[in-house]
Amino acid sequence: MRPTAARLLNILVPVKRRVRLTIDYAVKIRVNPDQKGVDLNVKHSMNPFDEIAVEEAVRLREKLKDEVKSIKVVTIGPAKAAETLRTGLAMGADSAIHVETPESSPPPEPLGVAKALRALIERQKDGVDLVILGKQAIDDDAGQTGQMLAGLLDWPQATFASKLVVDPTKKEANITQEIDGGLQEVKCKLPLIVTTDLRLNEPRYASLPNIMKAKKKPIEKLSPSDLGIDLTPRLETIKITEPPKRQGGGKVESVDELIAKLKEAGVVGR
Amino acid sequence: MFAARNVVRRLPQRSIRRWAHTQPTFNPVTEQDIARFQQILPASSILSTLAPISTPVAELSNFNNDWMNKYHGKSTTVLRPCTTKEVSEIVRWCNERGIAIVPQGGNTGLVGGGVPIKDELILSLGNMTKIRSFDPVSGIIVADSGCILEALSEYLAPHNYIMPLDLGAKGSCQIGGNVSTNAGGLRLLRYGSLHGSVLGLEVVLPDGTVLDQLTTLRKDNTGYDIKQLFIGAEGTLGIITGVSILAAPAPQASSNVMLALPKYENVLPLFREVKRQLSEILSAFEFIDRRAYELAVKHGQGRALNDEDVEGAECFVLVETSGGKREHDEEVRLKRFRLLCNILTRTQKLNGLLESLMEADEPLINTGVLSQSPAQFSQLWAIREGITEAVSKEGKAYKYDISIPVASFKEAVDKTREQLRSKGLLRDDAVKHVVGYGHVGDGNLHLNVVAAAYTPEIEAALEPFVYELVASYKGSISAEHGIGVMKTHALPYTKNPTSIEIMKRIKALFDPKGIMNPGKVLE
Repeated sequence: MRPTAARLLNILVPVKRRVRLTIDYAVKIRVNPDQKGVDLNVKHSMNPFDEIAVEEAVRLREKLKDEVKSIKVVTIGPAKAAETLRTGLAMGADSAIHVETPESSPPPEPLGVAKALRALIERQKDGVDLVILGKQAIDDDAGQTGQMLAGLLDWPQATFASKLVVDPTKKEANITQEIDGGLQEVKCKLPLIVTTDLRLNEPRYASLPNIMKAKKKPIEKLSPSDLGIDLTPRLETIKITEPPKRQGGGKVESVDELIAKLKEAGVVGR
Repeated sequence: MFAARNVVRRLPQRSIRRWAHTQPTFNPVTEQDIARFQQILPASSILSTLAPISTPVAELSNFNNDWMNKYHGKSTTVLRPCTTKEVSEIVRWCNERGIAIVPQGGNTGLVGGGVPIKDELILSLGNMTKIRSFDPVSGIIVADSGCILEALSEYLAPHNYIMPLDLGAKGSCQIGGNVSTNAGGLRLLRYGSLHGSVLGLEVVLPDGTVLDQLTTLRKDNTGYDIKQLFIGAEGTLGIITGVSILAAPAPQASSNVMLALPKYENVLPLFREVKRQLSEILSAFEFIDRRAYELAVKHGQGRALNDEDVEGAECFVLVETSGGKREHDEEVRLKRFRLLCNILTRTQKLNGLLESLMEADEPLINTGVLSQSPAQFSQLWAIREGITEAVSKEGKAYKYDISIPVASFKEAVDKTREQLRSKGLLRDDAVKHVVGYGHVGDGNLHLNVVAAAYTPEIEAALEPFVYELVASYKGSISAEHGIGVMKTHALPYTKNPTSIEIMKRIKALFDPKGIMNPGKVLE
């Protein structure tokens, strides 16, 4: 029996390439001389937690087959952020939405992003059953977007997921969350917001045939005004500084000298 | 032809005996020598099992044994000087006293060139880690020979330069060792060998004299280029203490792609196509056979490809591109990669279409994966770079690093496997795997035989078989690993008697007493 429309899942995966392009964690970060930001003249790529989110959506389709009707990736950012969408499409998403912002505009904040996502979700004709997104972006480490979106939509949220099992028939999902004391399993009704943790999966490489296919997949372009939202930041960055430089160690010739040094540093009692 | 080679075959045994007879005998390090070394060096720079230092033997084991635990020395003493002057004074003393010296860098060599054969003194350069100068305009860096390759790369990174060589052992190997062994590695295709990028050297000669050729000139056409002799001499002519090397401008954008090939025969046509499409942004073209890939994945090196991408692949090729300006290059790179992908996939589509009509045009590749982020870029490289480590984890490795025509890579691996099979050695408790991987761009194949243990039977089956095989292709028995102690007997397979005779005369000229790394390179 073919599943009825009511059982089909529409999945939305917001991804971020920040600063507006997420700085890759393999690249060393340097603070700008004005201490208001970091040197962006480095390589960028998709936020790794978002990569995990895309991977999870694609795995859901592999498991649930036709029951996943659509996987849409969405990003907010300047023209170049479209590359990130192509990556998501090459990994297996069906289509993409690019909310394009001017090259010169400051990066949107979590609340702005959450409002934009809400507006996008409300525009989807078939609705959205599941939003999977990274638990945080590794550039600003805000870790707020998923939760704010759940609040705005009044949907259930399952954060820090390390396992996700969706039952489209019952319209519910079981999520294993990583919490301080270990693992916690929660059951949620769809529609649902899930934020991904590191151990949820290991994202795949994009294969050449899929990269080719991705080029033909549609990317819908929108502007913030199309969504009726304002992405102007409400926070002001006062100062960014590098962590203090690690002091080099020294060698001591004897135990006595070591103890003397430790006392001098106030690490051991006199 | 092989019958004629049998004459050479007996060379090893005979020559080992000859070594014992004709090589000068050396004096062991004594407590008096230690007393002298204590005048030259601070206490922290001397490790010795002799009184009054009395270091536990275990602390010397990292110096006495190579990292594969294949070669074992019995040295009593390791000296770790910090300056060229200290090296010079140590060497002068040893020369007077007739004490043999093994210069040691990061001890990452693969042919036993950096560990003692007997009880030679080990002179470790690991404490010489100063960067002496760097000119951000010319990109010339002058550094102590004990600088770790990766440390130099990190030093250069903010200046937008990279070292002209890169290899799997970069986190441990030292630049002096790299130069002494003329290390090749992963960037050779792009930046050429060290014979080109090393501009100058500072060497402590076997009598203690410091030969200062530490120039920073790109061009210096003034007669014999003596420094070239030390590049690849494996410490037999002197100890390199300083290196002047030309760093390359850092490519602002790099990308890589791992291609899965249905059969080995496609490697060469693919190489041609890739060269044509990518031209100057092509920076590496590495070959990995299926078994080598599986070993790497089994031992957790890098992130494995998706199952469906691996299916039906006989071998893999890792292609790296890197180029100049980021924005511009990124576009060029993507365009060219897409063009390449288009061509490769078009062939595939064409194939599907044409296959039924005429079985002519076959696809060069099954599929491939393109790295999407620097993290994936490293993960793809980790598969290739991790094979060496994976092989060591799998068992005891017989490593042959040979230069042969690229078209014969697979044949050489197959023939070696067949040889072992015919000797009944291809079984779980003897030889587990015969794998091939290497630098197609340079015609350099790493032929690795993974065994349960090093045994005389396996060695007899492999040697001189492999060397004869290489000679039959007019290849080199050592493309980039050097000769060390492992291949001295095999030198005649690649070097003719005239060349070897000249090498011996050069050795005698620099080191009349023969104290520098005896038994290495030359028998």
